[in-house]
Amino acid sequence: MALSIDDDPRIIEFDVRTDEMLVNMGPQHPSTHGVLRLVLRTDGEVVSEIEPHVGYLHRCAEKIGENLTARQWIPYTDRMDYLAAMNMNLGWALAVEKLMRLEVSEKARHLRVLIAEMGRIASHLVGMGAYGLDLGTFSPFLYAFREREKILDLFEEACGARLTYSYITVGGLTADLPPGWLRRCEAFLDQFAPVIAEYHALLTTNAIFVKRTAGIGVLSRELAIDYGCSGPVLRGSGVDQDLRRDGESIYTSMYDGYAFEVAVQKDGRYPRDHAYPAVPTDAVLGDCWHRFFVRMLEVVQSMDLVRQAIDRYSACRGPLGEPAKLTEKIPAGDAYLETECPKGQMGFYVVGDGSPIPWRARARSSSFSNLSVVAELCRGCLIADVPAIVGSLDIVMGEIDR
Amino acid sequence: MTSRESNRGPGFVDLVETALPGAVTGRNLEALDPWIECPPARLAEVCRWLKTNPHVRFDALECITAVDWFEPDPKKAAKVAWQPHIELVYHLWSTSARVSLVVKVKLPRWKDDVPGSLPEAPSVAGIWRTADWHEREVYDLSGIHFTGHPDLRRILCPEDWEGYPLRRDYVMPLEYHGIRGR
Repeated sequence: MALSIDDDPRIIEFDVRTDEMLVNMGPQHPSTHGVLRLVLRTDGEVVSEIEPHVGYLHRCAEKIGENLTARQWIPYTDRMDYLAAMNMNLGWALAVEKLMRLEVSEKARHLRVLIAEMGRIASHLVGMGAYGLDLGTFSPFLYAFREREKILDLFEEACGARLTYSYITVGGLTADLPPGWLRRCEAFLDQFAPVIAEYHALLTTNAIFVKRTAGIGVLSRELAIDYGCSGPVLRGSGVDQDLRRDGESIYTSMYDGYAFEVAVQKDGRYPRDHAYPAVPTDAVLGDCWHRFFVRMLEVVQSMDLVRQAIDRYSACRGPLGEPAKLTEKIPAGDAYLETECPKGQMGFYVVGDGSPIPWRARARSSSFSNLSVVAELCRGCLIADVPAIVGSLDIVMGEIDR
Repeated sequence: MTSRESNRGPGFVDLVETALPGAVTGRNLEALDPWIECPPARLAEVCRWLKTNPHVRFDALECITAVDWFEPDPKKAAKVAWQPHIELVYHLWSTSARVSLVVKVKLPRWKDDVPGSLPEAPSVAGIWRTADWHEREVYDLSGIHFTGHPDLRRILCPEDWEGYPLRRDYVMPLEYHGIRGR
């Protein structure tokens, strides 16, 4: 007996009518890295449009900055990118120092490099671990946090805090390192170096991970620049720009004498300063895999910089120097400075009017611009790829919402 | 390696003046961050020139900031040297030449001096897409209407928020939907 139309499963399958549907992802979705809400317009599994809604964490830190002295605002910069608070402290401190024309001692300079690069490792470890979570694998997160914990322990020894440090401050640092710290830091580096291979095995070369990230969310060079993307997102698209090398002299002079190569693909290859796995054949420059990989390379690069900083710091004789007074006057004028934070180029703009309280304190967030490109990247992708793309941008909402 | 300082001196600022006469009304190339000033009506024109000019291609817009020059305290206001106004500050960056430039625009605090009516500046969102969200933020927090912006809505504050927090005379609301402030 012949099947009727109603009985033939093939016919029924093709008869399913699809409708456009609005789906809310967040603000409490675990893969949105904090309180980000994405409104997806979907047709079946395909996303036709995506709109990010931000501001759930907005505290108007800039208004608070207009009521505090420059050094008093340092703790508020901690709470912007709370995963790399050291680097945020440094950004604001350097911007104010630029306007005040302050110079820090040689010892403080090397200690700042040391601390900032340790902060970069810690931030990239969270970025890596959380990215594994986004893609449904739990173990890399534990591996990453195991090592990050040791960095936090070192930071705690140095400044007493584990997350919001306020260690680097205008005119220097709040305290010198305790005795034995450098030895423990070196011990950490020695123990950490072989772990990188584990990370590459867990994620970078993992077949499922490569399937989920290679060729997904391709961001072209031009688009990245046009949207103001920065940091690993920009370098993942093949733009050779790292403010530690290309920034303003007040910032680049911090890295004078340090040897490092910018982690960016040039002429089809990455700088070969350490053994790393080959780029998978499916990966396209500017996709999620490359953004992730640039972060992994920067972890190794930062470890190398930390070792160099330890050598230079311990060669420095003389005192660390006192930071600026809490009520140090900010001269009239304005200064803008961007620094290379782990998430991207974080800019601070300070306007002074001769009083200790800045007339205007502005924070230009790197994640803010990095997130704005998400609508472009997610057009036409599958719903399952949305967390992969958002995760690859490594955003932190405290910094976007400020 | 070219540093950001290399754009000091007359250089391309003279080129802007030649190409767009009257568009540069002020300049200070000796400042910490060299800046030029242009009238609001010609902002979009200057920005487009700066982005597309082959001599220095400012392909990246880093930041848009509004600074409110207003002193609410009448005693202090009598001492200040400036007239109340709003300053828009655009930080540009050329990824190829590794050079930065600041463009400043002066606006009245209120359009036609009617409190509550927002001053207007042309949107540059069609030139750099970074400006899309940055202009929304400036609109949200400092209260500047960007004409020609594709989607000018509040971005950080809730849609029904009243006032512009980064204005110097902003008063923190005591209550929002039954939530006590202060």
